Amino acid sequence: METVSVEEGFRGRLSSLYYNILKPILANKRATVGLFILLGFILMATVGPILVPLDLTMRWSERFKPPSLEHPLGTDYAGRDIFQQIVHGSRDVLTIAFLAASFAIAIAVTIGTLSGYLGGIVDYVLMGVTDIFLTIPQLPVMLMIAATIKVSDPVSFSAIIAIWMWAGLARAIRAEIISLRQKDFIEAAKVLDLGTGHIVFKELMPNILPYIVINFVTMMRVAITASVGIMFLGVAPLSVTHWGVMLNMAMFAYGAIYVPSGIHYALAPLLFIVLLEYGAVNLAHGLDEVFNPRLRRYE
Amino acid sequence: MKESAEMPFIELQNVTKYFERGIMKKIRNYAVIDVSMKIYEGQIIALVGESGCGKTTLGKIIAGIIKPSEGRVLWLGKDIWKLSKKEFKQFRPLIQIVHQDPYASLNPARTVYQILAPVVKKYKNPKSKRELREIVIQYLEYVGLTPPSYFLNKYPHHLSGGMRQRLSIARAIIPSPKFIVADEPVSMIDMSLRLSVLKLMERLNKELGIGFIYISHDVATARYFAGKALLALMYLGRIVEKGPMDVVLRNPLHPYLRAILSASPIPDPKFAGKKRRIELKSAEVSTDILLRGCPFSHRCPFAVKKCFEKTPPFRDFGNGHMVACYLADELPEWVPPWREG
Amino acid sequence: MEPILKVRDLIVEYAVREGILQVVSKASLDALEGQITALVGESGCGKTTLIDGIMGTLPPNGYVRGGQVFFKDIDLLRLSERERQKIRWERIAMVFQAAQNSLNPVLRIADHFIETVEAHKRGLSKKEILEKASQLLRKARLNPEVVLRSYPHELSGGMKQRVIIALSLILDPEFLILDEPTSALDIYTQSVIIDLLRAIHKEKNLSMLLVTHDLSIVAELAHRAAVMYAGKIIEVTDVSSLFHDPKHPYSRGLIGAIPSLIEDLSHKKPIPGNPPSLLNPPPGCRFHPRCPYATDKCKKEEPPLVKVNGGLVACWLYE
Repeated sequence: METVSVEEGFRGRLSSLYYNILKPILANKRATVGLFILLGFILMATVGPILVPLDLTMRWSERFKPPSLEHPLGTDYAGRDIFQQIVHGSRDVLTIAFLAASFAIAIAVTIGTLSGYLGGIVDYVLMGVTDIFLTIPQLPVMLMIAATIKVSDPVSFSAIIAIWMWAGLARAIRAEIISLRQKDFIEAAKVLDLGTGHIVFKELMPNILPYIVINFVTMMRVAITASVGIMFLGVAPLSVTHWGVMLNMAMFAYGAIYVPSGIHYALAPLLFIVLLEYGAVNLAHGLDEVFNPRLRRYE
Repeated sequence: MKESAEMPFIELQNVTKYFERGIMKKIRNYAVIDVSMKIYEGQIIALVGESGCGKTTLGKIIAGIIKPSEGRVLWLGKDIWKLSKKEFKQFRPLIQIVHQDPYASLNPARTVYQILAPVVKKYKNPKSKRELREIVIQYLEYVGLTPPSYFLNKYPHHLSGGMRQRLSIARAIIPSPKFIVADEPVSMIDMSLRLSVLKLMERLNKELGIGFIYISHDVATARYFAGKALLALMYLGRIVEKGPMDVVLRNPLHPYLRAILSASPIPDPKFAGKKRRIELKSAEVSTDILLRGCPFSHRCPFAVKKCFEKTPPFRDFGNGHMVACYLADELPEWVPPWREG
Repeated sequence: MEPILKVRDLIVEYAVREGILQVVSKASLDALEGQITALVGESGCGKTTLIDGIMGTLPPNGYVRGGQVFFKDIDLLRLSERERQKIRWERIAMVFQAAQNSLNPVLRIADHFIETVEAHKRGLSKKEILEKASQLLRKARLNPEVVLRSYPHELSGGMKQRVIIALSLILDPEFLILDEPTSALDIYTQSVIIDLLRAIHKEKNLSMLLVTHDLSIVAELAHRAAVMYAGKIIEVTDVSSLFHDPKHPYSRGLIGAIPSLIEDLSHKKPIPGNPPSLLNPPPGCRFHPRCPYATDKCKKEEPPLVKVNGGLVACWLYE
């Protein structure tokens, strides 16, 4: 006859977390690579701007200097250090990516779950709305909105991006919920009279959680592309150091790509964007392999 | 088992269930046809039949999960589909279900503790988290999942089929039900582990007075409850023979039951190749015959014209043994195929 | 009677997330010519992996770590994939578990036969192939005119299983391996399939290896049985002895736990405990945690298969 102390139970929970989630993720090469890249960027975005000061004084004599010890990535058209701008810009890029993905996921999960679980007229109406958002061309409309409404802060900018990202995911979540709804353990929960709230949050949600996490990472990547794209096109320039704005300046304003010595000004943000997205893609794919047994190469 | 004068706990009156398909809902698939049953507290009823005969649907109708297309389901005299919200809340915990597939009946994203705790919380009103945990442990011990501390953090995929079924059973008894509908609870578990699950169910019946609707396609495992249970044999949606199990198995009257018994494989090489199996015709059944005639007529070697035209009513052969067959008393004497000679 | 299939000390492993899983641990088995040999065991004991190892049909993360498999005098493990393909179906045919689901839903049954034959032997005309197929189907009590024309979804589970068995015989193999041939079928249809297999065996004296957990099928069909537990073969004996005088405590437990129609079920006792995890099998005899007769030696040393009364047992009680 054994009694379990409360601590034992808690420890059990932690070790279960480790064995069931962390360990498999670390065992998967792609996921680990992606995870570390992303962690690197998060570090850069959070701690970086504190460690690396931003000096935006223009020194025309220093323009387009190549990478050196003093300026690891060189200088831009106005003699300012590119590396500092990248570091500070990472905060903007990641904040927007994170916020946009969060908004999009929140909307998609709410609509997808309501639609999938309740069915009937609710499903009909919600999916109708979703379809509208799916069919309207995203980039042009985003650009129009961003250009007309004065977007001055990352939050509203992220919201605009999010509005055009949630639709596909909502449909996918709805499909997951519909297939889960038929399962025996859901029927058992109904017979046990555990309540709709419990069924949705405690029975259904944990099953789509991995799906949500993977899609969160993907949404971040999409948001990065969208935000960089919008800013590259010169619409809604939020801050000087956002990589998209840097690219815009490099391309249009000061002809960095035409000046051979200034090419690093265009390459630096491009490189970091690619690296960040590479990390996101790998993490997403790796997580998919971890949670989706069919994709796994082992077992 | 004689029918007592008391009111049945659950009564089915002429229950029929069909599923409509196709555009305009023209096609009807009949799962259950005109079933009437009286189920008394503490009874064990073995509902036996091959896959597709409607036993799972009937089990879920009894449990109040599926609403019949025709007929009524009564709980202590009241139609369960017409209960007030309050009354339904009283009814709901009283009949629970254990599903067939132990892999699908437990949430793969929840641990053993997380599966049982919400149910304990709702029905046992623990005063603290500690008490909640203790009650969960008690239930794990009762169904034989020991040591409980080992199991608390495990996910369903860490457990074997037999353990999962025990967990499902533990979950089902927490609301203190009067009945459990067990849908083929052992058919997906290894043979040597089946007996322990059956013993557990027997214990629940003896110690806690929980009645069972034991659904199975295999008469041999249903026979475990012989002497304590009623057998109801289903074929294509209808009950064709019913009665106390030992009475019915000693003297099977319906040709379908005789066919199954004569075909049942016997785990003893002495009888290999020696059984005389009753041969059945193989033919398609039309919905017409299903509704109007005997559902078994298309395969029955003894069928006569009457069998195709009008559904045979139940005939009483004493001791509660009822058979829906015109020819039940005209068949040759039943010699179990495992008797020599 | 010569062994048509000889398995010696076969080891099959899987690479899984948690490490290396040894599912078959030095298993040895003989299937005699002209006999039906049963490989009996419960889920997780490794019997399906054993035949996958023999036939070369393991999934990508499975591999044979050691041992030998001889079919007549051909070393199966040393063959190239091409050579193995030649043997598969022409000399050794397999009926997989739930094979009914492996029928191609867009092909008629006739096409299944034609495709199978043409993949192995050219030279037979379509007419000849269908002639042969009709013969086999008729033996399985199916109507060839109807069945050959049908698509898989138009046939019942029992009919599909009989088609699969007929398909396995179309190239006149010398050896047939069946994995749970009657699972998911109702009792009546099971009985029909058992009769069919018995008839095939009688007519062609076809050697068979029957893999199953269902002891009643073993009783009905098999002449010899090998019992597998936790990756090891722990008893080999003729079927009559298995049921009436089982030697290994696990076999005894199994026989004592099967619900049946004839005996009094109140004497039946389940085997306590659960089969061990193959990631961390118990030391010594793998059954010792559940064995009522376990001694200290059983906990430390693994018993080898020794001869006992016309059979083999791996148990220290029979030293």
